[in-house]
Amino acid sequence: MSVIDVQHLCKVYPGKVAVDDISFSLNEGEIFGLLGPNGSGKTTTILMVLGLLEPTAGSVTVLGKSPLRSPLEVKRLVGYLPDTVGFYDNLTLFENLDYTASFLGLDAEEREKRINEAFAVMHLGDRAHMKVKTLSHGLKQRLGLAEILVKQPRIAILDEPTQGLDPSSINEFLDLIRSFRDEHHMTVLFSSHQLVQAQEVCDRVGLFSNGNLIEYGSVPELSEKEFGTNKLISITLDKDEPVEAILTAASPDVVKVTKEGPGSWLVESRSDIRALLVKLLVDKGLNITSVQLKTHSLDDIYDACYKEVQHAETTA
Amino acid sequence: MQRQQREGSALTGLWVVFRKELEDFTGSIKLMVLAVLILLTAAASVSIAAVTLKNYVEEDQFLLLSLFTLSGNSVPSFLSFMSFLVPLTAIALGFDAINSEFQNRTLGRILSQPIYRDVLLFGKALGALAAMALILLVLWLLVLGCGMWFLGVAPTGEQIGRAFVFYLVTLLYGALWFTIAMVCSIITNNAAASALISIAIWLFTMIFWPIIAQVLASAIGGNDAYLGATMQVNLARISPFVLYSQASVAILNPTTRSLGVVLFYQMDGALGGSPLPFWQSFLLVLPHMAAFVASVIVWFIIGYRLFLRREIRM
Repeated sequence: MSVIDVQHLCKVYPGKVAVDDISFSLNEGEIFGLLGPNGSGKTTTILMVLGLLEPTAGSVTVLGKSPLRSPLEVKRLVGYLPDTVGFYDNLTLFENLDYTASFLGLDAEEREKRINEAFAVMHLGDRAHMKVKTLSHGLKQRLGLAEILVKQPRIAILDEPTQGLDPSSINEFLDLIRSFRDEHHMTVLFSSHQLVQAQEVCDRVGLFSNGNLIEYGSVPELSEKEFGTNKLISITLDKDEPVEAILTAASPDVVKVTKEGPGSWLVESRSDIRALLVKLLVDKGLNITSVQLKTHSLDDIYDACYKEVQHAETTA
Repeated sequence: MQRQQREGSALTGLWVVFRKELEDFTGSIKLMVLAVLILLTAAASVSIAAVTLKNYVEEDQFLLLSLFTLSGNSVPSFLSFMSFLVPLTAIALGFDAINSEFQNRTLGRILSQPIYRDVLLFGKALGALAAMALILLVLWLLVLGCGMWFLGVAPTGEQIGRAFVFYLVTLLYGALWFTIAMVCSIITNNAAASALISIAIWLFTMIFWPIIAQVLASAIGGNDAYLGATMQVNLARISPFVLYSQASVAILNPTTRSLGVVLFYQMDGALGGSPLPFWQSFLLVLPHMAAFVASVIVWFIIGYRLFLRREIRM
């Protein structure tokens, strides 16, 4: 079931097209990544999905409702973490969350219960009654996630949630995002310009460039689309031997053999022939130090898509 | 074509915003400093006035009201202090009302909650109004109470009525300056800039506008003295300071019969120096109060319009 449906969405500013005719939809219970460099229209798209920005053209439907026509209903069901989240510095963590929870129409007991639970999940319980100005950037991001948990929305929209975090915190964050989907049954839409992290956690992705959505789908789907179904096998030998001929003749499925470095070879083949190659090389008396089946990374896919788009633009 | 009404009450969440803003205002150091300042100046002017009035306890039937208007020993009257400090307090409440939300980057979070954007403006305005109403009420009660205690005179119903109207007029005056400061906070990103703009407007209307009004009036009036005089009175009233002073004098000084230009033939037959009944004085002040209310509405609409279209991308 589609929880967010975006059709031909456009946002045009005088002199700049921020978002140019994009369409995509989110299924319930998935993690969808909006990926692309800064300034490619991700935040603008997110603001339009939330109803905080009016589109120039196109439509957005969130859980069957329009965020412009039924803003209160949509905002009750959607939690939002902005890219630079701020809190009231003179209030405590608890008071800040209590304020936004009050807008949900909950009574004081229910609010306290939810906030304490959220603090427990985010490991902020011991700081609950400290003033927000004492928090570091990473902790503020966690507080923002805690706020979303308090709201218990159906959809969580996170704008660049891992920006500015150190590597260990990033992994923690990705785990938290996964737990949103798995334990709290939320659909998550998040934007990032760090493709490697996104690959780990997203079910499906949408690739942005200059206001255009150049591709969207799951990573394996996109990989297949861009590079086909051929497998990449990376073999490393302990000595630099001229084995190109052997590898090429190993199987009729072999498409291409390239040398990556001294003793290191990349075999592109139509099927997974790792076992075959290993047996072949060992029989010839060679020592193998590693065999790997490589998958195309999101970086590769993005580069390939981007080049395609550029090519299409220049020939058009 | 059917007009679509927006779903839910337009004022959803107003009470939440109001409560938080009121808590913030009353707990804030800037308001505390200003409140102490107001109390001290009020104490100074009222005590001087009380000392003077002690001699007139038998004679004046509106003794307690004179506490507000009397000055002495080069200490300005309570009224003068109020006309100076109330706008300052109101500006202090309003100058960072909206741009602090942008600076602290809290606006995105708040507006993604199920409330409408205008509730934020209404909540802040009502919170400031309530904060000022509280401070002024305490002040009024203190002045009247101390006056009663020191002078040994109980107030009549009419004096309480007039003091209450003076309270309302002062509150409206503060509300207007808060709204102006709030509009400045919407148009600038920097709290300091909006504070300076609000104070500049305030100083301009308090000091310069009456002079400009006079110059304009004599230019428009030319040889016609009557036209010149009425023009001056009307133009001067564009300044909230002038409106406030005139309204306060009319309600606190019952012998004030008119706030405009009065020709001699209109005075024919009037008993000089006799006080007006309460409702007549109130009628005199009513246009001024209406002008305050109208100005507050106009400024609020300007701010509302500007804020609603503002992009919240930070």
